[in-house]
Amino acid sequence: MSDTTWRQWLLTERPQSRSQARLGRTYQAWRRLADNRLALLGLTIIIGLLVVAGFADVLATQSPIVGDLREARLLPPSAEHWFGTDDQGRDIYSRVVHGSRLTLFVVILVAVIAAPVGLLIGTVAGYAGGWVDAVLMRITDIFLAFPRLILALAFVAALGPGIENAVIAIAITSWPPYARIARAETLTVRHSDYINAIRLMGASPTRIVARHIMPMCVSSVIVRVTLDMAGIILTAAGLGFLGLGAQPPLPEWGAMIASGRRFVLDQWWVAAAPGMAIFLVSLGFNLLGDGLRDALDPKAGGR
Amino acid sequence: MAQTAVDPQGGRSGTRRILPVLASIARFVVIVALTLLGLLAVTFFIGRVIPVDPVLAIVGDRAPEHVIERTREELGLNRPIYEQFVIYVGKVLQGDFGTSVLTANPVMTDIRRVFPATLELATLGTLIGSLIGIPLGVFAAVRRGGLLDQIVRIIGLVGYSVPIFWLGLMALVVFYARLGWVAGPGRIDIVYEYTLSPVTGILLLDTAMQGQWDAFWNALSHLILPASLLGYFSLAYISRMTRSFMLNELSQEYVVAARAKGLSEARIIWRHALRNALVPLVTVIALSYAGLLEGSVLTETVFAWPGLGLYITNSLQNADMNAVLGGTVVIGAVFIGLNLLSDLLYGLLDPRTRRS
Amino acid sequence: MLTFTASIRRNLIATTAAALLATASPAAMAATPPDTLVLAWAIDDIITLDPAESFEISAGEIMGNTYDRLVRFEVDDPSKLYGDIAESWTVSDDGKLYTFKLKSGLKFASGNPITADDVVYSLQRAVKLDKTPAFILTQFGLSKDNVAEKIKKVDDTTVTLETDKAYAPTFVLNCLTANVAAIVDMKLLEEHAKDGDMGYGWLKTNYAGSGPLKIRDWRANEILAMERNENYAGEKSKMARVIYRHVKESATQRLLLEKGDVDVARNLEPGDLEAISKNDDITITSTPKGTIYYVSLNQKNPTLAKPEVREAMKYLVDYGAIGATLIKGIGEIHQTFLPKGLLGASDEKPYKFDVAKAKELLAKAGLPDGFSITMDVRNTQPVTGIAENMQQTLAQAGIKLEIIPGDGKQTLTKYRARNHDLYIGQWGADYWDPHTNADTFARNPDNSDEATSKPLAWRNAWDIPEITKKADAAVLERDAEKRAALYRELQQDLLKESPFIIIYQMIETAGVRKNVSDFKLGPTSDSTYTFRASKS
Repeated sequence: MSDTTWRQWLLTERPQSRSQARLGRTYQAWRRLADNRLALLGLTIIIGLLVVAGFADVLATQSPIVGDLREARLLPPSAEHWFGTDDQGRDIYSRVVHGSRLTLFVVILVAVIAAPVGLLIGTVAGYAGGWVDAVLMRITDIFLAFPRLILALAFVAALGPGIENAVIAIAITSWPPYARIARAETLTVRHSDYINAIRLMGASPTRIVARHIMPMCVSSVIVRVTLDMAGIILTAAGLGFLGLGAQPPLPEWGAMIASGRRFVLDQWWVAAAPGMAIFLVSLGFNLLGDGLRDALDPKAGGR
Repeated sequence: MAQTAVDPQGGRSGTRRILPVLASIARFVVIVALTLLGLLAVTFFIGRVIPVDPVLAIVGDRAPEHVIERTREELGLNRPIYEQFVIYVGKVLQGDFGTSVLTANPVMTDIRRVFPATLELATLGTLIGSLIGIPLGVFAAVRRGGLLDQIVRIIGLVGYSVPIFWLGLMALVVFYARLGWVAGPGRIDIVYEYTLSPVTGILLLDTAMQGQWDAFWNALSHLILPASLLGYFSLAYISRMTRSFMLNELSQEYVVAARAKGLSEARIIWRHALRNALVPLVTVIALSYAGLLEGSVLTETVFAWPGLGLYITNSLQNADMNAVLGGTVVIGAVFIGLNLLSDLLYGLLDPRTRRS
Repeated sequence: MLTFTASIRRNLIATTAAALLATASPAAMAATPPDTLVLAWAIDDIITLDPAESFEISAGEIMGNTYDRLVRFEVDDPSKLYGDIAESWTVSDDGKLYTFKLKSGLKFASGNPITADDVVYSLQRAVKLDKTPAFILTQFGLSKDNVAEKIKKVDDTTVTLETDKAYAPTFVLNCLTANVAAIVDMKLLEEHAKDGDMGYGWLKTNYAGSGPLKIRDWRANEILAMERNENYAGEKSKMARVIYRHVKESATQRLLLEKGDVDVARNLEPGDLEAISKNDDITITSTPKGTIYYVSLNQKNPTLAKPEVREAMKYLVDYGAIGATLIKGIGEIHQTFLPKGLLGASDEKPYKFDVAKAKELLAKAGLPDGFSITMDVRNTQPVTGIAENMQQTLAQAGIKLEIIPGDGKQTLTKYRARNHDLYIGQWGADYWDPHTNADTFARNPDNSDEATSKPLAWRNAWDIPEITKKADAAVLERDAEKRAALYRELQQDLLKESPFIIIYQMIETAGVRKNVSDFKLGPTSDSTYTFRASKS
């Protein structure tokens, strides 16, 4: 098939199969996304992050953890050290590059833990209704009423410092909004003819929730997760900044800012590079999430 | 901090006003009480599993063993956890939040001292955010796709993306250290520290009421940088929401009708569309305010601002659980209160609910 | 239409700009009041103002300025004692009875006279309350039950103290200079006493002393304000007020100091010290403290218990680089357990960074390829920096070090439970006598898990019956020369065998604005006398 026929097949008003319809919707969404220059910029940044993380060993010029305390401490940016060196005499550029892996690790793991949990709780609450809904939503409200950073802080304090524990703590604090969204979506479809029909055909509630309701909530949760990625990165950095994130000598960006904070008056570069890195990656996720929302939800287009 | 602001879709019950008022109030009270109790329980049990010996925070490293054991008994820490929790809740119901081991004061006394500082910061932050954010959002909606719209969009995205502690640090270096435009960390210069007597604890109000204008300007000069920073995050959120609400209003039929009647565009935008957009905006502002209150932990750390966020963080790290519990309950209650308030305002302002 | 919106926009911009300008204008150069000394210091460790309970570093300084005691030591030469409230004192021939003759006509800040009753009450109160620092007094055999017998009023100006053994008099008197032996205002405290608590509940946040300064206000983690005590009989404070402002960050302290928002900054780190040393408005003052920083090896860990491993680790610290960078200006390399300035302290430094030597020792221990180990590290500088550096130097001998960061209380909880491998920490002298450190580094009377005292030797499960005996003998030696010799021998023993890698002795440093004079840091925290400072 030529290009045009492909497009026609994708954009047809009368899809022949479910997969054709799905692909068609995806293609339309992609076109809307591709029209949005800012979203493309975001996508580029994220791809850049993936590349940097994937090839960190090649891209880094020096070791991210071994430095020269005696000779190379707190050197300003130069040809040899592009972003300067830190208080342990380590090359900041190499640390930032390797830090991208940690950031990616945190973001992915939090998303993988929090989104399904939120989805499950939200759909179950929405579908079951009654006291199940009341109890689950009460729990959600309790977690929502918490100052998020303080809750994460408390969990990290309880679990002990370390990047894995930071991930768990952030995941524990970030599922409630997803549960809310999933529940709201579930409520709108719960009594739809389509679900009623499936129910009449004798499908079990588990099957209805897992096979029919959850898939319908996935896209809005995904958008929300993408939009939250930046928040997750910032929370992780905040924990690192307060000294509860990654353990030294891991080049976690927030922890790097925290140690650079002591030198911010004279050696500004120590805090500047990781700060810019966090900013750039968060911005990438925000741009992409923004674009995704517009693309996947034409109703809210441009809003 | 805008990033932590809660989902604006959440917690709305404004449209259902048919229920008898008393029943809904009772229901609400039960829900609030349950939420607060849950909040307490979660915090309490986290506090007990934190691998810090709270006794150590009181007696210090050098205390002989018998002093440690005696203190543990005095605090009731040798009882089973659930028993400790029941005792604690019982005391809280009598209005006794216990004593902070770090400050040697009753927790409520401490909170009364530190809360106004946070309140002052978050209030000014929200004011800045609203006063600049709403007009920006309106202009962006009116000139949709124009330069200003793009700028607003970018301001918003940057606001969501930049680490607040980093920005605060850099701002402090530039505006305080290098340029000297504003005063440094802390709430007020020592010169004024003992010349004014606290009434509200909100320094701008206290100094103004006592006519101490030097102190007023000094306090403002300390406040302006952290407040602007928080204000920026609030602005990022509010301007985007304003834009979105305005777009919604501008596409309504009454706008088309008004245009057809020949009303001036400015009148349509500012008198009609904005007035209607303000209804959901009130909720957004309330949520953003709550977000700033709870999210000021990092800002307070950077600016050495003696507020509630710093108080809770500090207490948490020292396993001063009475203080953590008290602080969390206060923030939780404020949060719930603001949600309720925004619901109420929504009901009052929204013409549709008013009519019913 | 368009012009209308535009004019609104113009108005808006104009008002915003005006508001911004208005806030910017009065930020003139800040200055502290001429009669007030303002210090930026991390004072978040203060948890009580009661000298019988207070045992934290910054609280120590507050107590030193606001409470009198029987005797004090000379700040310039801590081995010399002088009477504070005591006019003179004698020790009986059997070495167990100390008699103090009090100065007459002294008054508390409240106006109440200072009498022998107050002295007896104060010391008895500290023993009876039995809070953390009480051990400084109870180690002479005082207890709740016998204190009424052991500390007695003879007449209105004479007080006696009886010890259970004939301790070195320097030891007993040195202990009486500590804050726990501060003299409190009996009358005032009894007015505020509740259920016979001797004013304990009240004094936590109040003041009942007679020192040159009195405490006016304490807001935890924020501010502590002291005022001149007009009732003080001796040299009066030159400043009407001395205010400590809680500032944790070194960089922030430096900014405040450079801007003149504070007169003295107390927690400056090496980088900031170097920067302000170029500032003509600021001088730097420093003094060695009785605090040493060390890394210890838990002997419950079978690898660390090998003598060769203990020794090898001592060769794997890059003392030179650490001294030249991380602790520059705030510490000097020191390897014995007695800080410089204490009786008998030795300044020997046999260890230096030597990977080859360490590898040889590890091979001898059967660990030629090294091993993996964890270290609990507080989230503060410079210990985190030192730990990170050790991570790199240990790696050169194949030892893989994992750092477990935590808040101070968290690492300490673990340390006291002997659940660590390596621990990095500091130890400050509790009172100005070598026994304070010997007691913890070189004594471990009971190494069982149920031990009632937990000295550092116990926390690292270092079972040392022989060395404990030596330390016990040293504290009973009444001849100062011989006593010093005993401590020198102990230091030799520990250098060789102990699981303590002692890295440096702390130097306390402060940045002081030029118009402040006579601000001097004392060798202990109790002896930084801010009341002597003045401003021009």
